[in-house]
Amino acid sequence: MTEKRQYLLDKPRNVQRILLVLYTVSAASLLLDLLVERHVEHPFESMSGFYPLYGFVGCVTLVLAARLLRRLIIRPEDYYSRRDLPQHPDNAQEERAS
Amino acid sequence: MSALPPFVLFYLAGLAACLCSGRLRSGFLLVTPIVGFINLWYLPTGAAINLQLFDLQLELFDSDRLSLLFGYLFHIAALIGIVYALHVRDTLQQAGAMFYAGSALGAVFAGDLLTFFLFWEGMALTSVVLIWARRSPAAFSAGVRYLIIQIISGLLLLTGVLLLWRDTGSLDFTYIGTAHTYGWLILTALGIKAAFPMLHSWLIDAYPEATPTGTVFLSAFTTKVAIYALARGFPGTELLVYAGATMACFPIFFAVVENDLRRVLAYSLVNQLGFMVVGIGVGSHLAINGAVAHAFTDVIFKGLLFMSMGAVLTMTGRINGSELGGLYKTMPRTTVLCIIGAASISAFPLFSGFVSKSMIMSAVLKEQFNGVWLMLLFASAGVFHHAGIKIPYFAFFAHDSGIRVSDPPGNMQLAMAIAALLCLGIGVFPDLLYRSLPFEVAYTPYDVTHVLTQLQLLLFSALAFVWLNKRGLYPPELNATHLDVDWVYRRLVPRLVQPLVTAIVAFDRGVRQVALGIIDHTLGLARRLHSPDGLLSRDVSTGTMVLWVVVLLAIYLFLSFT
Repeated sequence: MTEKRQYLLDKPRNVQRILLVLYTVSAASLLLDLLVERHVEHPFESMSGFYPLYGFVGCVTLVLAARLLRRLIIRPEDYYSRRDLPQHPDNAQEERAS
Repeated sequence: MSALPPFVLFYLAGLAACLCSGRLRSGFLLVTPIVGFINLWYLPTGAAINLQLFDLQLELFDSDRLSLLFGYLFHIAALIGIVYALHVRDTLQQAGAMFYAGSALGAVFAGDLLTFFLFWEGMALTSVVLIWARRSPAAFSAGVRYLIIQIISGLLLLTGVLLLWRDTGSLDFTYIGTAHTYGWLILTALGIKAAFPMLHSWLIDAYPEATPTGTVFLSAFTTKVAIYALARGFPGTELLVYAGATMACFPIFFAVVENDLRRVLAYSLVNQLGFMVVGIGVGSHLAINGAVAHAFTDVIFKGLLFMSMGAVLTMTGRINGSELGGLYKTMPRTTVLCIIGAASISAFPLFSGFVSKSMIMSAVLKEQFNGVWLMLLFASAGVFHHAGIKIPYFAFFAHDSGIRVSDPPGNMQLAMAIAALLCLGIGVFPDLLYRSLPFEVAYTPYDVTHVLTQLQLLLFSALAFVWLNKRGLYPPELNATHLDVDWVYRRLVPRLVQPLVTAIVAFDRGVRQVALGIIDHTLGLARRLHSPDGLLSRDVSTGTMVLWVVVLLAIYLFLSFT
């Protein structure tokens, strides 16, 4: 019975709404950048759109780099637990036999 | 009444937790941080308690603005942790947590380096029980590794302190610096507990293996005592700026691919420590204030995040992102509280992370560390990505895992609510925190530039997440082990040492065989000589004896005449 209950985000329309709010607010923050006089301390900061660009590009780079990193560091789930202790000689022999 | 050192109350509560149980124990535990806080509040400024040990004067308690702030923080953290763990019926954990909190308080109020060292080791010994209390083989071996590394840190500290004592003749805990060998030893000891790059893996390894309630205590104390000690002994050490910037950046890559959500939080703990270490390295008044303020807010919001994930683990028995999802449906309160923690760590305006992190960012820019500033900005976007979005998203939203569990027990919800309230309170009224900072610096976090630029950074990071997810580029949560530096001492070194050990064993066996052979030979010889026909068993007549005596006496006579 409970499984049939519809929750807030089960409706795709609600998810769309949330994303729409995100897009609108992001666009508004970009517009504000043009209107508001910011005080800057770093040359990059004076570029309009520096922060949004840095945030977006930074995160995409982060995730793509992390995907590459994962290829290097990924191991089976029981990587450490399998050989935490030296194998018992009997087991080792059995493995060799099989 | 003379001042009562804060650690005494906690040690007494730890003893009480060992001796009584049920409601009485809960009462003792709850009252301790409250009484401790009042005690600290009314302590006369500059109060000191000394202890004579042989010809050494140990200062068990000494307070200034820096240690007082950490003192208040640890009382708050202890209260939140105790409320969160109130339902636990495990003497080991409850007593351990009190001794641990007491040791942390002892360390920040230690007036000299030897006292500091004693509590530093006390923290190591008492905190490990929170890991072992999980009572699983993985937790046991993680606890052993954790303890070994903590003890190494303690030994380095002790060596450094002894060298310092020999050189300067004083044990005062003031500026140490890196001009001498002892400075480097002490810095390394602190660096291990502050999770410096390459020295950080004990944290990633052990914290996620602790009990759901234990991790909340662990995340609050050890690393923050290290930050406190760095702020006291090494402010303005430029090396720390680069170490901190590295700490802020590299863990976010690991956090993006990690599946165990408490391990993701452990990586983000290292990342936040990086911001604090940068602040200490920059060393200006604003930067130190920022570092200390960030330690304060971090304990609370990181505690909140660990509590929300602890709640998920307690209720579902799972913590891997790949096995969770859709929990918002039946855990709405935990979801909201977790999102408040996530917003705080991401430094959204009006949340606590914003008012502390922006101080560090401003200080870094003011002191012209431009490259470091860019790295920290990247780390700020990254922390939002992995802690701000990933944690709540994979636990409570994402694909529906079909798990339907309710919100956790009332005490856990209450603890999370207190932490969430503090996150919002400090975020909205930063002056409450700013007033207690070590230095008087006028700083206003809420101006148009700060708020707007921070919002832009975060909003577009969120857009990046949405875009990556829609394109299917976001790395899926996989049931896997991801290697980190601990691989060196868990795999590489054992593997390299294996041939050496084999050689030593073979050599040892050879030596033993030779020795056994010699013993066997000697025994055989003795047996042969003493056997019925042996040389030493023959009957000899008395006449022969007399003859030999005469010969001997004759030689003696001869010698005495010459």
